[in-house]
Amino acid sequence: MTTAAAAPPAPRRVPARARAAVPRQGGGPAIRRSARVRPYSLTGGRTRFGHVLLVETFVGAPAASPGAEPGPDAPGPGGLASRVLPEARAIVGLCRRLRSVAEVAALLKMPLGVVRVLIGDLADQGRIRVYGSGHTPGRPDRALLERVLSGLRRL
Amino acid sequence: MDYADSDTSPHASAGEEEGAASWQTDLSRAPAATKIVIAGGFGVGKTTFVGSVSEITPLRTEAVMTSAGEGVDDPAEVPGKSTTTVAMDFGRITLEADLVLYLFGTPGQKRFWFMWDDLVRGAIGAVVMVDTRRLTDCFPALDYFESGGLPYVVAVNHFEGTPRHEAEAVREALALAPDVPVLIMDARQRISVVETLLTLVGRALEVSPGLPGAPSVRAGHGVNPA
Ligand SMILES: Nc1nc2c(ncn2[C@@H]2O[C@H](COP(=O)(O)OP(=O)(O)O)[C@@H](O)[C@H]2O)c(=O)[nH]1
Ligand SMILES: [Mg+2]
Repeated sequence: MTTAAAAPPAPRRVPARARAAVPRQGGGPAIRRSARVRPYSLTGGRTRFGHVLLVETFVGAPAASPGAEPGPDAPGPGGLASRVLPEARAIVGLCRRLRSVAEVAALLKMPLGVVRVLIGDLADQGRIRVYGSGHTPGRPDRALLERVLSGLRRL
Repeated sequence: MDYADSDTSPHASAGEEEGAASWQTDLSRAPAATKIVIAGGFGVGKTTFVGSVSEITPLRTEAVMTSAGEGVDDPAEVPGKSTTTVAMDFGRITLEADLVLYLFGTPGQKRFWFMWDDLVRGAIGAVVMVDTRRLTDCFPALDYFESGGLPYVVAVNHFEGTPRHEAEAVREALALAPDVPVLIMDARQRISVVETLLTLVGRALEVSPGLPGAPSVRAGHGVNPA
């Protein structure tokens, strides 16, 4: 292995801050439009719920919660979850243990966006509990960062 | 199914699961959850990075993107539409009984930004991985985090047998601000990955508001005469 410092790797880059404004993050219609595929069309494009469902958000279905078999006449908003029963049932089953939204999607091999819609429906129906993040929304605060730092140091 | 991401390693499938963490069985409460994004071009070592430190074998999840003009994939299940599946590999570290850190590896092309907007919400920050043989692959990720104000560090995954560049040479080639940490690391080595994560969290603290004299969140992203 050569350890001599090679010439700066080419090519050079013009930093974003030196160029015209780059599209800002923070959502916008592009997300919803581009992520809408067949399963979403069942919802009429519905993608927003009262629940905050980030990829790392924990969800769970305590055994005592309303069963995984609500039946077609179950009360509730009648979202996608009540029309796609096998998938909804699989999610509830998986959530007998605490899972993150991303874990549910990965373990069931379902696209993230679809799982989020289903979990949102299930939460609206009271069949799934959505847990708070344990910290204030937005950028993690210093206290949380310090905890993460100490946790990583112990690894 | 074709993945937009290039790696082909098998991932755990439904039902097959490693031992549950203790916090998973108490549904009366959930740990605090936080996350770090690992970004960079195909094959730069994102999944390797995640796997080196994760307590579970990295899991894969997908977002499906329909696009009018980009005929990358054409899965039969969405006839008549061109779609791209963006694969995202993630791992998990239980840092405390009630604190869990997720690491999300995601490809950096600009056409995947739609996914990042969603992914980075609430994140501690990002590790932008770089392979100096394919330097341009990281440009979109750098542009994204530079303009978005999320704390980030640059991790040069050094593949043995390839020229080794000094951190400062990489900083110069990437036109990074002087205060953006640059690490030469090895994604296969746990200690190297932990070091990278520590650097990122330290960086996040540095730019986090709330400490007297601390720069604002956008420090290092503004005008920065070299
Ligand atoms: N020699 C070497 N190979 C690596 C290193 N990091 C990753 N790889 C290999 O490079 C390939 C791509 O890595 P992967 O983590 O899948 O990249 P990703 O596409 O960014 O997720 C895999 O075959 C890895 O085993 C490294 O530091 N050195
Ligand atoms: Mg990968």
